[in-house]
Amino acid sequence: MFDASIPRDKPLTIAILAMGGQGGGVLSDWIVSVAEANGWHAQSTSVPGVAQRTGATLYYIEMLPPKDGRAPVLALMPSPGDVDIVIAAELMEAGRSILRGLVTPDRTLLITSTHRAYAVAEKEKPGESIADPQAVNAAAGIAARRVIAFDKDEAARESGTVISAPLFGALAGSGALPFGRASFEAVISEGGRGVKASLKGFAEGFARATVNELPEARISRKKVQGIPDTLGAAELDRRLARVRALPAPAQTAALAGLKRCIDYQDLAYGDEYLSRLEALRGLDGAQGGEAHGFAFTAAAAKHVANAMAYDDVIGVADLKIRSARFARIATEMKAGEDPLQLTEFVHPRGDEVVSLLPAAWGRKVMASRAWMARIDWLVNRDRRIRTHSVRGFLQFHIVAGLRRFRRKLLRHEAEMRHMEAWLGLATRTLPNNYGLARAILAARRLIKGYSDTHARGLSKFDRVLSAAPLLEARADGGAWMDRLISAALKDENGDALDGALKTLREL
Amino acid sequence: MAERSFAREVEDLRLGDGQEFRGEGILAITKALLQSGVSYVGGYQGSPISHLMDVLADASDYMAELGVHFESSASEATAAAMLSASVMYPIRGAVTWKSTAGTNVASDALSNLASGGVNGGAVIIIGEDYGEGSSIMQERSHAYAMKSQIWLMDPRPDLPTMVHMVEKAFELSEASNTPVMVEVRIRGCHVHGRFKTKDNKRPAYTLKQALENPVRDVNRIVLPPASFIHEKLKIEKRWPAAVNFIREQKLNEFFGPAEADVGIILQGGMYNGVIRALQQLGLSDAYGNTRVPLYVLNVTYPLVDEEVVSFCAGKPAVVVVEEGQPEFIEQALNTLLRRRDMNTRISGKDVFPMAGEYTAAVMQKGLMGFLEKHAPRLLGNRPPLPDASPVLGSQEVQALANVVPPRPPGFCTGCPERPIFAAMKLVEKELGAHHVSADIGCHLFSILPPFNIGATTMGYGLGPAAASAFNVKAGKRVISVMGDGGFWHNGLSSSVGNAVFNKHDGVMLIVDNYYSSATGGQDILSSRAENKKRATNNSIVDAVKGVGAKWVRQIDHTYDVAKMRDTLREALTTEEPGPKIIVASSECMLNKQRRVKPLIDKAEQGGEPVVRQRFGVDEDICTGDHACIRLSGCPSLSVKQLDDPLRDDPVAAIDNSCVACGNCGEVAEAAILCPSFYRADVLRNASGWVRFKAKLRANVISFLQRRRERGRHLFARVEA
Repeated sequence: MFDASIPRDKPLTIAILAMGGQGGGVLSDWIVSVAEANGWHAQSTSVPGVAQRTGATLYYIEMLPPKDGRAPVLALMPSPGDVDIVIAAELMEAGRSILRGLVTPDRTLLITSTHRAYAVAEKEKPGESIADPQAVNAAAGIAARRVIAFDKDEAARESGTVISAPLFGALAGSGALPFGRASFEAVISEGGRGVKASLKGFAEGFARATVNELPEARISRKKVQGIPDTLGAAELDRRLARVRALPAPAQTAALAGLKRCIDYQDLAYGDEYLSRLEALRGLDGAQGGEAHGFAFTAAAAKHVANAMAYDDVIGVADLKIRSARFARIATEMKAGEDPLQLTEFVHPRGDEVVSLLPAAWGRKVMASRAWMARIDWLVNRDRRIRTHSVRGFLQFHIVAGLRRFRRKLLRHEAEMRHMEAWLGLATRTLPNNYGLARAILAARRLIKGYSDTHARGLSKFDRVLSAAPLLEARADGGAWMDRLISAALKDENGDALDGALKTLREL
Repeated sequence: MAERSFAREVEDLRLGDGQEFRGEGILAITKALLQSGVSYVGGYQGSPISHLMDVLADASDYMAELGVHFESSASEATAAAMLSASVMYPIRGAVTWKSTAGTNVASDALSNLASGGVNGGAVIIIGEDYGEGSSIMQERSHAYAMKSQIWLMDPRPDLPTMVHMVEKAFELSEASNTPVMVEVRIRGCHVHGRFKTKDNKRPAYTLKQALENPVRDVNRIVLPPASFIHEKLKIEKRWPAAVNFIREQKLNEFFGPAEADVGIILQGGMYNGVIRALQQLGLSDAYGNTRVPLYVLNVTYPLVDEEVVSFCAGKPAVVVVEEGQPEFIEQALNTLLRRRDMNTRISGKDVFPMAGEYTAAVMQKGLMGFLEKHAPRLLGNRPPLPDASPVLGSQEVQALANVVPPRPPGFCTGCPERPIFAAMKLVEKELGAHHVSADIGCHLFSILPPFNIGATTMGYGLGPAAASAFNVKAGKRVISVMGDGGFWHNGLSSSVGNAVFNKHDGVMLIVDNYYSSATGGQDILSSRAENKKRATNNSIVDAVKGVGAKWVRQIDHTYDVAKMRDTLREALTTEEPGPKIIVASSECMLNKQRRVKPLIDKAEQGGEPVVRQRFGVDEDICTGDHACIRLSGCPSLSVKQLDDPLRDDPVAAIDNSCVACGNCGEVAEAAILCPSFYRADVLRNASGWVRFKAKLRANVISFLQRRRERGRHLFARVEA
């Protein structure tokens, strides 16, 4: 790419986009040093300011050899359309560099990491609002002359260093600078600290300086696993056959649902799930579900499982004490043979404890304000359970042991009543409006969390379903309900949802 | 203790005759001070000049060796007043701050200093915090120079020029008995370059000599009738002296051909940008050989009339490249030419934007506009200009604009201020939203998502002062926030004293993180570190009680969200009169990590018992509502998309950068969110007894697990 024998009349320009704390300054210093070591003049600038605190920052470098003993006059900021190399330390920062006009097809080499560090705006919504990485791929496709993209964050972690090392390696490997590999490595070695790891990260980046792995899909889920031939036990395989008998679009979720219900309760609960699902599939078929790709059954497979395996105290305790969890955390913490201690942050409330009582008894207690106040006073406080200690473990162990009685408890009764009402509404709607019936099932997505969060979710769920009568006669009723569901996930209190409902009522 | 060590940069300060300095602009300026025989240096830290203060703080041994007094001033007003040492004695002194914020604070002392005039060279290095990367209001320091008749230098952002101008600034100051400001922009401060160094000079006249031979002259004091004489002196003596010095020393520079139809008059700081734009227009090469004459104002105030006249003579039109507004230089040039009946057309803000930074694109467009109007033939066959607009106009990039999320700065991972604002959010849920008067400092990040707390900010240490009108009986109290930096800068008197004196009924939250953190972690009066050269460990609580505050609560662990919340609630509801002051103290995590991490690593390597901690989220318990994120915004608390066909929404996840501050666990408890959070501690190098106990426990637990899991079909909920 670079012919060093042609005298340059213009400086070589490099922009680095990083987030505060990522080490963009180190990378910038390295690049300046490598140019200076090769007899060039190099100048770097930055505007770190408060952006050093996790914000988006830009470093800018220009370099050119001196001519007849004269130093070049180098600019302090990039001109859009006049940048040779853009280095982005995160995927959306690559997107930002394109938006700033720094990447142009006639000359710019874009070197970026494909990993994501989500911005607050992407994380804080109650639903999914992660920026679409495919948009960066599409824009880079037309904006950049050449792209080098891979997960440099992972490369850095594997080498025990930070992202500047693989980025520097990719820059060296790209051949875009007329300097040999040895002079890049010499610069790192002069640094003094963490040299070995940095060199390893550099080599990793250098070796992969030809790949472009910009994400092509919106969400990088692994390929949907097919249905396995066996689940490893005869009694499971008999149930697997029932899953296979369901329409293909519902099978993946149905298998996951079956596993969830068995894991949550027992084999019989898995049967209960399958029976419910088969009944709904029957109704679906009778209402011409095939023409709709059995969307109703597919939605049911997913959401009935979530409704049956509702989040309760017993389930939490059961998950907290599993041997697989202890092993997973030990691996994540690289604990090895060293003792691992676990502290759980829980805050039980009176009503959650009462919901563990047998239904009839629990109803009575719930009805008594005095009793509720007493119980709440007794249990409602911050509790830190130390699950690695026998005492802490036993607390969860005992609660998890209530699983045997779960079907008889107050919470289960309430959940089942709620589920039947919801499924009733969906099946009643099915003959009149297939799309709406499917969307009614999908609204179950809004119920999530514990205590206040759970209450908020229920309220959103109720508000969304309250629109069903208004939508039943509309051909686009299902699409409308989907819109209401998305609106409900936009903010915590459902303000966007209320706005959408208002619009709907005015239609 | 600043955020990083400047040990290597301190070595650069010792470079002598003929050696080469390579590094940042602001450090080159620091070296220039020592080469000029400065006797004392002060200032207040802040971007972009913090490194000048930091490197001198780290260089204290060398400063003592050289006979230079350095101190971190309490505020810019203190720093400006410090220059009074140069009023009566032939002592060179320099101070620094960010501008205009700092110049505003300093202006009382500056006006007095400029009025009486100086004997020794008095130089103010101002970091002009303007344009991209700025954290303050967009104003010009130029106005201060003009109103007080302080000379203003704006050197080309090239290290040899910057160093030369700092050296000349002292001489200019002495030649005209006037303080001199040297203005350096953000990029100029952070530019990496090189220059040939000279030996440092010991001060010719020392502070010790001055103290032992006191001099006074009542004519230097700003009191009538001397103050009236000062004004006349400024105009009749000091100004002409300055102009003569600037001309004789050739501080302003001329480049390019002597004869031409047009020319460019520019602030020194604009030089590199102008050359780049000319290069793109085919009118200069990369080494500054321009075909358009340039008159570079390394001194932007005062102007040298004769130089302007000779530059404009014979040119029908000249363009002024002057960043910011009002366009003081352009106005002055018009007056100057009009008075001489010269007809050279002065172009400037007609082709350049009145407001905003002169970016590369603005520079190119402005100069192009001027040349098209006044010298189109110069543009020749017009080489293609770099242009990103076809790309920016494409559908793909337009679509991208709606995708790329904003990424404003925010609280760092583990920041002790996060739980304070999480607690405020929780109180808000109980008692409703309140008017919150914010201040300057890291805590101002509370105004951004996810916290969205804070209505106004009026200046450093002025948060509670800005709440002073809200001292009437009402259903809600006003809350004001102030950092420890602002508290010592100005807040103790302007905010706390004022509130006590006026019996203010509001709630005052003082965020004490042991440093002036936003400016780079410098020590202040209440820092907890032992600092050999400074008196630290002075309690904020004692100080506010000292000025008469009665309701004062100290919280020594801000991560205790429940306590934070309860204290705030009490402050908002108590019947007690007067200001309710909460001092919330925990160490800045950025500085704490820098201090503690190497110690822990070393201890672990040395075989000492060490606890490694991190928080985690059980992803099969998390339901993906993200309420925890709305009460945190921690960079290490993020989301993760699972490969689970039963789930739509991503779950919370904590990455390796977690420093186990405890905020998420505390918030999950206090806000009763969910039981997904856990803390994992790994005991490295544990003793045999501890290991034995752990083994015993693990055996019991493992037995119970096996018994419970036997006969069950368990599935990994999330396929890894």
